[in-house]
Amino acid sequence: MMDQQFHLESKDINVWFGERHVLKNVSLQFPINQVTALIGPSGCGKSTFIRTLNRMHELIPSAGLAGAVLLNGEDIYGEAIDPVDVREKIGMVFQKPNPFPTMSIKENVLSGLKLSGRKIDNGAELVETSLRRASIWNEVKDRLGEPALSLSGGQQQRLCIARSLAMGPDVLLMDEPCSALDPGSTRRIEETILELKDSMTIVIVTHNMQQAQRVADQTAFFLSEDGDPGHVVEFGATNDIFHGPIDPRTNEYVNGRFG
Amino acid sequence: MSLQSPTIQRVKLRNKPSRTADKVFFGVARAAGYSSIVIVVAILFFLSIRAWPAFEQQGILDFTFGSGWDTTTTPPTLHIGAMLWGSFLIAGIGVAFAIPMAISIAYFIEFLAPKSIAKTATVIIDLLAAIPSVVIGLWGLGVFSPTGAGWAQMINQSLGFIPIFQNESGTFLRSPFIAGIVIAVMIVPIIASITREIFSQMDKEVINGAMALGGTRESILRKVILPTSAGGILGGILLALGRAMGETVAIFFVLNLSYDEVNWLNILEPQGGAIASLILSKFGEATNDEISALLAAGVVLFIFTLIINAVASYIVAKAQPWRKA
Repeated sequence: MMDQQFHLESKDINVWFGERHVLKNVSLQFPINQVTALIGPSGCGKSTFIRTLNRMHELIPSAGLAGAVLLNGEDIYGEAIDPVDVREKIGMVFQKPNPFPTMSIKENVLSGLKLSGRKIDNGAELVETSLRRASIWNEVKDRLGEPALSLSGGQQQRLCIARSLAMGPDVLLMDEPCSALDPGSTRRIEETILELKDSMTIVIVTHNMQQAQRVADQTAFFLSEDGDPGHVVEFGATNDIFHGPIDPRTNEYVNGRFG
Repeated sequence: MSLQSPTIQRVKLRNKPSRTADKVFFGVARAAGYSSIVIVVAILFFLSIRAWPAFEQQGILDFTFGSGWDTTTTPPTLHIGAMLWGSFLIAGIGVAFAIPMAISIAYFIEFLAPKSIAKTATVIIDLLAAIPSVVIGLWGLGVFSPTGAGWAQMINQSLGFIPIFQNESGTFLRSPFIAGIVIAVMIVPIIASITREIFSQMDKEVINGAMALGGTRESILRKVILPTSAGGILGGILLALGRAMGETVAIFFVLNLSYDEVNWLNILEPQGGAIASLILSKFGEATNDEISALLAAGVVLFIFTLIINAVASYIVAKAQPWRKA
């Protein structure tokens, strides 16, 4: 395949909800071991876009899609592809921490394996490495059997990251992972992101300009003007987007003049 | 600790109604609230007074757990054990059929159906709950019984080696099995609408999280949705059980009441019991002793139903502690 140089790539993604065209011709490339930030004002389609990357819109009956998402050159929307397999390779962390309320900390880490019907060999080891990679092991190692909801919000979010990591994904999608967290927890998650990118591709939606500059290698600016579908205005190295944007709208947005 | 020093005086903050309209409203609401308790206690009390002669004559334990209904002996033998067990057996069969059906309906409405179909289905389920039980009974007698007997015969032929599916009488009509299915039709809407409500209150992000982890619809239902909703669904099931225990007419139409012998588990045999149906069938031409006994049967049914409902509300309240966040 020709597109092997990019680990994950979207080609002319269009999304509709019912009659509403919400995303138009989004083509982005996500190289391996890089963090890509998706920024833009509320309602610009960046969350909608990140959810197309692991087929999360399929529970919405009115959703429609055009275009392709290539993972290692293969379209994840292809006829022969099982969305469950896609989601095992492409993990996701959500805006609000969403650990499973009936499960313990340990069970939450192993929940993906159970949900996808995989066998669990050496579960204890997997729990430890996953929690370590999400930088939460030291806080929870003595209370693995306690309910996940006994953790603080920031800890719950890192538990959710650990839960995704236990699946051994190649790509981690993060949809505003810090928007519900305090600055301390936010900093710890950002540190975790920088550690994780050595072993995977990360895409993060964020409203926080400083966060994008701290963690992202490249940044895409989304915009939806006057009810037009959302689209990418500018895409490039984070430094260029923030310090030498080509498009005046990008300049206004990253300098906080709207959005 | 200084908060508890004796120099600080504490006043009650609870607001007492001051305006007249407020006082009247307060009084009416309080009277209505207390009257519900008074009514329940009063019903139980006066029923018990009328029922007491039967309990005294038959002995409480013999009356409740013994079997046999014979007015020709002196004193008459009026025992409701077979009926009491029958009530539980039929309610149990009904619930066993209703649970998977109701949960599937709720899952379909909440997670699978397009909005318009979901709305229609919700309305239809509620309509089903509103069908008078005598109509369901007539349907059970006139329409369903022959079909149900056919199913029973098939079960007996293929699974007859299991004791509960044996049938020595050769007839498959008017059995606890058929009565149980008729009851299931009546309680499916109760369980389905409660389950749907519980499902709709679930945090959708938790379900999305499960999907993002590679969950299938089936594994998400089994490992995330059901455990999270279990307490609420169980409460709904017990509520339905209470309804099933008290059901009278529908069971009377489709069940052969057998007073003398407890049919423990032979669900395909044409003999069974149900306290409410016993009362219905005997009351018309009852002797004085029988009337007292039937009222006593009512007391027993009342108490068991109260227990089930109390357990139900306890479970629902305790069920989801994480909701309190």
